[in-house]
Amino acid sequence: MIRSLFLLLCFVSLSAQRDPILVPEVSQHEVQIEQGFVGQELLLFGAILDPSGTRAGQEYDIVVVLKGPTQPIRLREKDRIGGIWINAESTAFRSAPSFFAVASSTDIASIVDERTAAIYELGLDFIQLSPSGTIDPEEQARFTEGFVDLRQRQGLFKEDMDGVQINEQVLYQARISLPSNVQTGQYTAETFAISRGRVIASEIAEVEVRKVGFGRLVEIFSQRQSLLYGLFAVSLSILMGWVAGRLFAMI
Amino acid sequence: MEDLLPVYLPIANLSVNGVVIVLLGALTGILSGLFGVGGGFLTTPLLIFYGIPPTVAAASASTQVTGASVSGVLAHSKRKGVDYKLGAVTVVGGLLGAAIGALLFRFFQSIGQIDVVINILYVVMLGGIGALMAKEALGVILPKKEVEAVAAPNRRHHPLVTALPLRWRFYRSGLYISPLAPLFLGVIVGILTMLMGVGGGFILVPAMLYILGMSAGVVVGTSLFNILFVTIATTMMHALTTQAVDIVLAGLLLFGSVTGAQLGTLIAQKAKPEWLRLILAAIVLLVAFRMLIGLGFQPDEIYTVMPL
Repeated sequence: MIRSLFLLLCFVSLSAQRDPILVPEVSQHEVQIEQGFVGQELLLFGAILDPSGTRAGQEYDIVVVLKGPTQPIRLREKDRIGGIWINAESTAFRSAPSFFAVASSTDIASIVDERTAAIYELGLDFIQLSPSGTIDPEEQARFTEGFVDLRQRQGLFKEDMDGVQINEQVLYQARISLPSNVQTGQYTAETFAISRGRVIASEIAEVEVRKVGFGRLVEIFSQRQSLLYGLFAVSLSILMGWVAGRLFAMI
Repeated sequence: MEDLLPVYLPIANLSVNGVVIVLLGALTGILSGLFGVGGGFLTTPLLIFYGIPPTVAAASASTQVTGASVSGVLAHSKRKGVDYKLGAVTVVGGLLGAAIGALLFRFFQSIGQIDVVINILYVVMLGGIGALMAKEALGVILPKKEVEAVAAPNRRHHPLVTALPLRWRFYRSGLYISPLAPLFLGVIVGILTMLMGVGGGFILVPAMLYILGMSAGVVVGTSLFNILFVTIATTMMHALTTQAVDIVLAGLLLFGSVTGAQLGTLIAQKAKPEWLRLILAAIVLLVAFRMLIGLGFQPDEIYTVMPL
């Protein structure tokens, strides 16, 4: 009895000392894609609280990872064969995120080792794409690099090593902007508190990106009533062509 | 890039500059009014270059070409510039061709070479036809050297056309030929329409003139008539299979192109036809050259992503 009580006390005090509480929040839990949508900046902020109420001299670094819905993809690589560039080799990834942004309070390489970074996907070099099939690691690395580079230039993958501001070791905030070409779906914003090379706390907040209004209507219409949608598109184009012809004939 | 009149395209899933798209539509509209080509050969690559997914670009461009050709067909039919009988034959061929094209598209997609095939088609078709047009137009514009030396062989249509069995009379075209010739032409153009996202006018017009030997007065009108129906069919096929027709994108392009088409018709009445043809040839060659760079020297992207 006493022994178990002691253990419990130890647990509470130890955990109180070691694991701070992370309270993350996102400026909006729903991003609405309406007509005229040009992207949206998300503010990811929160507080790191030590349960004992003291700061205990802990120095924290914060890393925020915003990740979009994943999808299986096939990645093809062009190669010059017989003088022309054609698709040669390809590889498949089972879980390629449609969006991936990392913001950190300082250079991630200086706060965690590679192994830890790989476990928590801290950085574009550590995205878990789950390649399917067996090809040699060197080739795999080349494909991954090519994919990340492509997505980076599309604005869908990004890394900001100076993107998190920490105030008084308590409050933090990061800004991540979603471009207009983001996919809809459930996004997860995971916040990591890192101290002495170790992730001491992590919390997840969710953001839903969805189309609303006219855009949503068009999307549903095109998918559920394909025939009507096609006829509508054809009628619209014929009507516009005809009206323009009549208008100009009057001039 | 997205500052001026941002418009969100719900099917393409991205935001574009509305003014740029309308201007692009106007440019192709002017081309269609001037030359009786739909302008799809310019719209589709430019849209892809702008960042629109290729399937959405091809599908929506075909919707736009429908609109651009309507007023043209109406205008030409008023002055009896459409051979409906011959047009109907090429349309039937075009529908067959579009179906074959859809199968080919799926096949090349499954072996992962669709973008390469489209690229090669663009280079070969545009390069060949552009060169032919440029040569012809230059021949008219440049001072004639020895007129007698280049006496053209005196025949109406290609010898292969005369060899085909079964003959029909096409009064407006002034032809007495086998319907298999325009049917076959229609099939070829239909395939290209589906694969390249073009109307096919740039192939139809010269083929009608030089291979079938149609009278020049009905060539543009009949070509537009064919384009109108074949692009309607491809729009429907895209709507039902790829679901890639973006009505907002098509609407913006249409707004520009129907206006441009009227402007083009006005210009066409005043400008010298050989200069117009030279300009069209230059544009066609430029697009072909741009595609050739991507094929032979350095592709725009080494890596391409396809969702599974």
